[in-house]
Amino acid sequence: MWHFVSPNIVFGEGALNSLEELIGKRALIITDNNLVQIGIAEQVTSYLIKAGFDIQVFDEVEPDPTTQTVIKGAAAASEFKPDWIVGLGGGSPLDAAKAAWVLYERPDLQPAEINPFIKLGLREKSRLITIPTTSGTGAEVTWGIVLTDAENQRKMGLGNRENAADIAIVDPVMAAGMPPRLTADTGMDALTHAIEGFICTWHTDITDGLCLNAARDILKYLPRAYEASQSDNPDQDHYKKAREKMHNAASCAGLGFGNAMASIAHAMGHTLGSIFHLPHGRAVGLLLPYTIEFTAQEAPQRINKLTAALGIQTPEGKAGPALASHIREISRAIGLPGNIADAGIEESEFVSQLDKLVDDAFNDTQMITAARTPSFEELEHIFKAAYHGQPVDF
Amino acid sequence: MKYKFPSVEWINKVRELLNESESYQRSAKDWEGDFIFVVEPDEAYPHTSYLHLELYHGSSPGAALVNEDELPETEYSLNAPFSTWRRVIEGKLDPIQGMMTRQLKLKGDLMKIMRYPKAAQEIVSCCADVPTEW
Repeated sequence: MWHFVSPNIVFGEGALNSLEELIGKRALIITDNNLVQIGIAEQVTSYLIKAGFDIQVFDEVEPDPTTQTVIKGAAAASEFKPDWIVGLGGGSPLDAAKAAWVLYERPDLQPAEINPFIKLGLREKSRLITIPTTSGTGAEVTWGIVLTDAENQRKMGLGNRENAADIAIVDPVMAAGMPPRLTADTGMDALTHAIEGFICTWHTDITDGLCLNAARDILKYLPRAYEASQSDNPDQDHYKKAREKMHNAASCAGLGFGNAMASIAHAMGHTLGSIFHLPHGRAVGLLLPYTIEFTAQEAPQRINKLTAALGIQTPEGKAGPALASHIREISRAIGLPGNIADAGIEESEFVSQLDKLVDDAFNDTQMITAARTPSFEELEHIFKAAYHGQPVDF
Repeated sequence: MKYKFPSVEWINKVRELLNESESYQRSAKDWEGDFIFVVEPDEAYPHTSYLHLELYHGSSPGAALVNEDELPETEYSLNAPFSTWRRVIEGKLDPIQGMMTRQLKLKGDLMKIMRYPKAAQEIVSCCADVPTEW
């Protein structure tokens, strides 16, 4: 027995217009200050004002939001008493919105208590809308929440099926202006979701199709979306199509892995990103080829299936290296680092944090669904290989 | 040799395997908090049984089958009917998915246990490694 959870997804160009039909009195928008500064938040509020809403904006969400930030967001909600909370942004504001919503509904809980084993009893005070402004995180459709425990420099995997959004508005217009680096980082995040959702041990018949379709579209359209982000004329049809395909694929990958799980690249990426402040998508995307090579050595079945379905040419018994190599090519094409050293991390810093990297990755929630579970020593070797850019052959 | 579930021999074998597990020792190195596994009656098993597993800093100092009137105070309890335990131990039900779908009911400080998912998985993995007679 298992569950498949999804919001009502309104998608495609013009999806934002659906906000005009929303019924309610007060909406709290949870976002980051940058999206307020560049006018994206105003785009959203204009629709809500037409629908007759009083609006308040909480724009204090930082990258990798902390538990303290979501407590402040929940306090803002308690004061304003919204009947809708609107998460607007990339993964950080969307996860912060989910957590702040739970705490607004359940002020007796601490952020770290938001877990999948309890009944939350949400939707007594308000409901949640998520609007992604990047094409990658999938947080608009998932129930998982990643918050940072600032004191211990550790990301915490939290969430409960109940805290999935009621409505996700996936309008490509919202992500059309993403700059190159953000396009690349978030696109690799989506690719990692799609691939790890397919190869993890919790994959299901229902999630497989979503992950596979997302992986196929991302491999095809991410380089073009990246090109669009650098173009003087990004409104050309083929660029707009690439942007829209990436936006939809990110949500598909979110639905896929969000109802299965991720795997080793996410477990390692969470800790790498948390300690060295790398963007999430860059961290997991950088590690993905290495973890595929590792997994394929002893648990190649799902990787074989995925590689065949994606039409990647593979010599007999070499699906893992072929898929890893294909991902490295895409990564190079969109200007991302292929190893940890190239991501700008000094070797002495890396070595001094290696024990913490290994310990935290080993106890990350995404590690429990790895098709091949590494030992501590193996995990350390994967980190070292990823630092130096050496293929994993053990 | 096979170990009957639930029995003192079975839970002691789990303890022995845990103490041999390097993965458990390292992933649970800061862990403090004993478990009671409650085996509830169903059509396959007419009794209620309680298995106590002591857990401290990456090892298991003790284990026992205890009576209801001798139950020690523990930080955690995990309850499920006999047949659900069997599915977990035989690898047919992922214990974390079992808890998420409330087929296994976990009580205790959930905030703390969320920080040790791998250690929890190692405990179940040791349970699954015990040659079990039903």
